[in-house]
Amino acid sequence: MSVNGRRPLHQSTPPRRRLVRARRPPILDRLGIWLHQHRQTLIDSLYRLRAAPLASSMTVTVIAISLALPTLLYILSANLRLLVGNWEQTAAISLFLDFQVEDQQAQALASQLRGWPEIARVELITREQALAEFRDLGGFEEALDRIQENPLPIVLVIYPQPDRSDSAQLEALQSRLLELPEADFTRMDTLWLQRLEAIIALMQVIALLIGVLLGIGVLLIVGNTIRLEILNRHIEIEVMALVGATPGFIRRPFLYTGAWYGLLGSLLAWILVGIALLILQVYVSELASLYHTAFKLSGLGLGEIGILIGTSILLGLIGSWLAVDRHLRQTRTL
Amino acid sequence: MIRFQNVYKRYPERGDALAGIDLEIQTGEMVFLTGHSGAGKSTLLRLIGLLERPTRGQVLVNGRNLTTLPRREIPYHRRQVGMIFQDHRLLPDRSVFDNVALPLMVMGVHPKEIGRRVRAVLDQVGLLRRERALPVALSGGEQQRVGIARALVGRPAVLLADEPTGNLDPDLSREIFHLFERFKYVGMTLVIATHDFDLVEELGHRTLRLDEGRLVSDTGAW
Ligand SMILES: Nc1ncnc2c1ncn2[C@@H]1O[C@H](COP(=O)(O)OP(=O)(O)O)[C@@H](O)[C@H]1O
Ligand SMILES: [Mg+2]
Repeated sequence: MSVNGRRPLHQSTPPRRRLVRARRPPILDRLGIWLHQHRQTLIDSLYRLRAAPLASSMTVTVIAISLALPTLLYILSANLRLLVGNWEQTAAISLFLDFQVEDQQAQALASQLRGWPEIARVELITREQALAEFRDLGGFEEALDRIQENPLPIVLVIYPQPDRSDSAQLEALQSRLLELPEADFTRMDTLWLQRLEAIIALMQVIALLIGVLLGIGVLLIVGNTIRLEILNRHIEIEVMALVGATPGFIRRPFLYTGAWYGLLGSLLAWILVGIALLILQVYVSELASLYHTAFKLSGLGLGEIGILIGTSILLGLIGSWLAVDRHLRQTRTL
Repeated sequence: MIRFQNVYKRYPERGDALAGIDLEIQTGEMVFLTGHSGAGKSTLLRLIGLLERPTRGQVLVNGRNLTTLPRREIPYHRRQVGMIFQDHRLLPDRSVFDNVALPLMVMGVHPKEIGRRVRAVLDQVGLLRRERALPVALSGGEQQRVGIARALVGRPAVLLADEPTGNLDPDLSREIFHLFERFKYVGMTLVIATHDFDLVEELGHRTLRLDEGRLVSDTGAW
């Protein structure tokens, strides 16, 4: 195995000396090489995850749980909002007219109100109808019999247009109605709706807060996982630096690893959320059947799934970037 | 090709590892760097490869002033300087081929071109048939030749070797040094730190001796 003996000296293929930096290859070639390198790194980094399945899957699971929690909260609040929207559409304002207002006048007012753009439907309840309804409720017959005159006013039940029936718009309509000369008072049970809306808004703020906190958690998890991987591969990093790798080149595989963690974590989070929704749907259906309705929980839309996956990949990238950057700055030779 | 002007390297824990070094090495020279352990040989090589910067003085390599070279230029400087270490610094989980290909991948050379150039240098060091092997499957001498191939594959202007034969028996050492001589004859500049005084004398190239961080003798060009 003599090195020198393999070939006479003068015939050896000498390493060509190169004083000037080699001419850079044409742009298309460079793009091709760049793409090739990235594809290679993409695949390599996935193989590395597979090489340590336990550690990788633990990291992926922790990321998934961290993402699933705020996502689920968000979905539930979105569903509640949907539900409240349904209820608001059936909201109605009862306009109690002055006692002196006669049926004919009330009819005229009703048809006038039907012309308002924010009103969908107006129902007139005459005194007699109101009294009959009141009697039907039961328990008041005796009291009513003692009263000579019908004490009930005419009531107009006003159903607003479904798309103009959030609580602020209902409130505005209510005050307009009160300005009518025939109006005595109005009644509308929207307080509970407002409270529910406030609760939903609070839920969304909580979801956002938890999302931010757990997002920072994901950043740290990925950062720490990458840090361990860097420690495992510090010899490789050092050798690459010795042969002239730029920090960007050294960083690249770790960024890909971080991105993979983000992608896999978000996909698992999606699955976890799906399972949680399936379980919740059972209880929601039961609850809805008590009210003789059906309500189907809606999951994530396509855009929301995109945001979930994109955010997760971004967090993975940032986490690994921070870890690699710290290492590069700490190492003298790099 | 390489010039030191009144170079000092001081480690806070130790003091001056190099003190007042002045020297000039021409293109195509092969220079031995000798001196007892701790004399500063590795430190001097590290300054040329820009693994460290001098505390004082100027180091110029191939027209670049390393003292003022911006940090982002360091990788491009390293591509012009091949480095060989006593412990080889091969990546144990990669084949001979992949180890040697590393500098070219780092430089963004086209994959086809990588295959051609890696096989060409493996041929030069006589390891063409071991390209698929992992470093552990190789003998010490073969591992060192993989290290040499890796240092050469990027066609550097300067080759630095830090006690490349420290773990090898005399015959293998001689072989490695003869390999280096071939590179000298094609115009590469080589600086080789070594303890191997017998071989240094036998081969008879310019020899620098360091002692306590000072340049105490220089045989001059041969
Ligand atoms: N990174 C370092 N930190 C502190 N001291 C160092 C460092 N590197 C080298 N030295 C010291 O500098 C001196 C020269 O070391 P070195 O260049 O490795 O010598 P040689 O290679 O000739 O054996 C030694 O005393 C060593 O302890
Ligand atoms: Mg040394």
